[in-house]
Amino acid sequence: MTDHLTAFWHWYVAIITVVSMIACGVLLWAQTTKKLPVGSKPELHGNVWDEDLTEYNHPLPNWWRWLFYLTLFFGALYLFIFPGLGGFAGQAGWSSAGQYNAEVKQADADFGPVFAKYTAINIPTLAKDAQANAAGQRLFLNYCAQCHGSDAAGGKGFPNLRDKDWLYGGDPATIVATLTNGRNGVMPALGDAIGGETGTKEMAQYVRSLAGLKHDAGMAAAAAPKFAVCAACHGADGKGNRQLGAPNLTDDIWLYGSSVEDISYTIKNGRGVNQLVEGQSAMPAQIEKLGAAKIHLLAAYVYSLGGGEPPIVEKAPEPAVATPAAATSSATTAPTTPPPKGK
Amino acid sequence: MQSNANTYNYKVVRQFAIMTIVWGIVGMLVGVIIAAQLIWPDLTFGVEFLSYGRLRPLHTNAVIFAFGGCALFATSYYVVQRTCQTRVLSDSMAAIHFWGWQLVILLAAVTLPLGITSGKEYAELEWPIDILITVIWVTYAINFFGTIMKRRTQHIYVANWFYGAFILTVAILHLVNSAAIPVTMWKSYSAYAGVQDAMIQWWYGHNAVGFFLTAGFLGIMYYFVPKQAERPVYSYRLSVVHFWALIFTYMWAGPHHLHYTALPDWAQSLGMVFSLILLAPSWGGMINGIMTLSGAWHKLRDDPILKFLIVSLSFYGMSTFEGPMLSIKTVNGLAHYTDWIIGHVHSGALGWVAFISIGSMYYLIPRLFGQKEMYSVKLISLHFWIATLGVVLYIAALWISGVMQGLMWRAVNSDGTLTYTFVESVKASYPYWMIRLLGGTLFFSGMLIMAYNVFKTVAAGKAHDAPIPEGYAPGSIPMRPAVGPMVTPAAQGD
Repeated sequence: MTDHLTAFWHWYVAIITVVSMIACGVLLWAQTTKKLPVGSKPELHGNVWDEDLTEYNHPLPNWWRWLFYLTLFFGALYLFIFPGLGGFAGQAGWSSAGQYNAEVKQADADFGPVFAKYTAINIPTLAKDAQANAAGQRLFLNYCAQCHGSDAAGGKGFPNLRDKDWLYGGDPATIVATLTNGRNGVMPALGDAIGGETGTKEMAQYVRSLAGLKHDAGMAAAAAPKFAVCAACHGADGKGNRQLGAPNLTDDIWLYGSSVEDISYTIKNGRGVNQLVEGQSAMPAQIEKLGAAKIHLLAAYVYSLGGGEPPIVEKAPEPAVATPAAATSSATTAPTTPPPKGK
Repeated sequence: MQSNANTYNYKVVRQFAIMTIVWGIVGMLVGVIIAAQLIWPDLTFGVEFLSYGRLRPLHTNAVIFAFGGCALFATSYYVVQRTCQTRVLSDSMAAIHFWGWQLVILLAAVTLPLGITSGKEYAELEWPIDILITVIWVTYAINFFGTIMKRRTQHIYVANWFYGAFILTVAILHLVNSAAIPVTMWKSYSAYAGVQDAMIQWWYGHNAVGFFLTAGFLGIMYYFVPKQAERPVYSYRLSVVHFWALIFTYMWAGPHHLHYTALPDWAQSLGMVFSLILLAPSWGGMINGIMTLSGAWHKLRDDPILKFLIVSLSFYGMSTFEGPMLSIKTVNGLAHYTDWIIGHVHSGALGWVAFISIGSMYYLIPRLFGQKEMYSVKLISLHFWIATLGVVLYIAALWISGVMQGLMWRAVNSDGTLTYTFVESVKASYPYWMIRLLGGTLFFSGMLIMAYNVFKTVAAGKAHDAPIPEGYAPGSIPMRPAVGPMVTPAAQGD
């Protein structure tokens, strides 16, 4: 047993345990007295306290003594069968890790085929299979709903999976990749880089202007030149960059809110940087927990929610057609033949 | 005014007795609020200081250490003086104990809502308060054991064994578990890491139940049950056996809080085995209390104080059967993390601890204020029935919701996916949480009735310090000369 650093601790635990249980039995044995003859009165123990407090000296009730012995006997038996006496593994060879592994193995054998049969079906097709979606939804409700909500509509900091807006992409392969390895979105704190308090407020107005929201035109104009700082990730046109998971700022869909205060906060402090204050802006990897088959099913469920994008078809590179900014837009990635729509 | 040497120090008993009722009301009110927050999470308008996470430790600290603590201190000072037939060792240490403990409670009431916590359950208070607790506790221990040292009775009465075990062990538990490395005035990190930290925490946590909430309150039981029943204790022999078995076996039971965790299997097994062995030693106290009433059962009919005391023993017996059962690994697999555990705790906390505290306070208050009995015996009776109904509703509701949650969490579909999401089990629990809130509110209203009754009793009487009887207790051999002249005023028969 590796729980014990040295043999000493094994014996230490085992001996103290055995001696303790025997000592309980001996105490009980030594204090057992004859049952009172019928009709006789119990003796009063000699002392009187506080004027009238006295004690009878009834013998230990028999049923109680035997209850005590019984638990001691059960304990000894249990420690013979199961691990407990230091490093002694017990006759049954049971361990919690062994039980867990056996149960997982059994579950894999029982339920593996249920999920395996879906892996051969491509995600857009699977997304139309009612039975598969029902199973996918059950997985979603248990593993994803804590953050993304029971209806998958997300919340502040947690993307809505029902709309057509995707941070990293809504095609089947990207959804699977997101589920498998997780994502780590980081918006750095840029308050100082764009001119402190004033610069941040002006930039918030500019960002609102990109989305067509009510804004102060003067302040927005003042911030426009500084947007170069932001363009590194969000693009010069503010349409974002799926390679980095940088959100599109022009579509009026907001992960952390669209108010001037919210946007200013995001610019000033960043998101997903100061995890102690803001929490993690991360999607955890699921592959260890769920395995590829369940991820496939979950991806199909997410795909079916309404925002699924057509699969990306590998094409021969076309020379010098796309500008870098346009490379990520859906127009250039659209396949030549329209694939089945997500919903 | 009598000279101090001739009377018992009832002042400290009065102080702690009154604060028992005050803190009982405060602690249970917070309990009612957080029970309501489970149903209406926005009840406190999103004020962070009143959020569930801040109020829950306030509730547990207030009911255990403020309400329960004051009840233990009041009764232990009363019992140790009267059964040792001597005044408490030091009046000033008693005063330091009382005011120091109130300061601890006050600091807890400020720091916990502010979110200042060590994060250790039932030991949330941060290191400066922990040090204060240590100082106060040592003062209490010296005063208690010093009183026993200068007793004028030959034997130490059984109630004092239990109080003594409680005082000694809580000191050790507190020192070991609260060991921490301070980083700022109000932040420290535990001296232990990982699974060792968890094991120390639950060694502490379970023995806080065993020694604070069980051994200490058995001390109350061993004095107030025979006194109120006017009968001898059932069996001296049983008290010896179950005392030693209880305090020895409790020490091992902590790991049952960590079943199916990173704690090594052998430690889990030992925790479970000794929790089962604990059944008989626990029941020894119940037998000794209830059987003390044999030959006087009729007194239960019209003595509501005795009702409180005896029903508390029934709940004690029930909880100490439920506890070993819950410690069995497979049962624990169903019950752990569900409402069942909360129900179990409250059958002990309300049914046993609060009932016996309330009963002993109804016994004490009139005697401390020179009255024959409480202002209204009828109101004690009303309190008894309201409180009993409250506990039963509370426990039954959480039994049902607990087992339901456990079953919902483990239900699987034919494809191996979980049948219910967590939130579905939350939704299904609402009706039972309503019943629990009702039960808790009833119990709380009982405390308000008690407060009124106590107020009327205190208002009608005046502080009274009983004289110490002359000479030595029957059967005692003189251990040292009596201190000062022993003059018993004829008017006072107490």
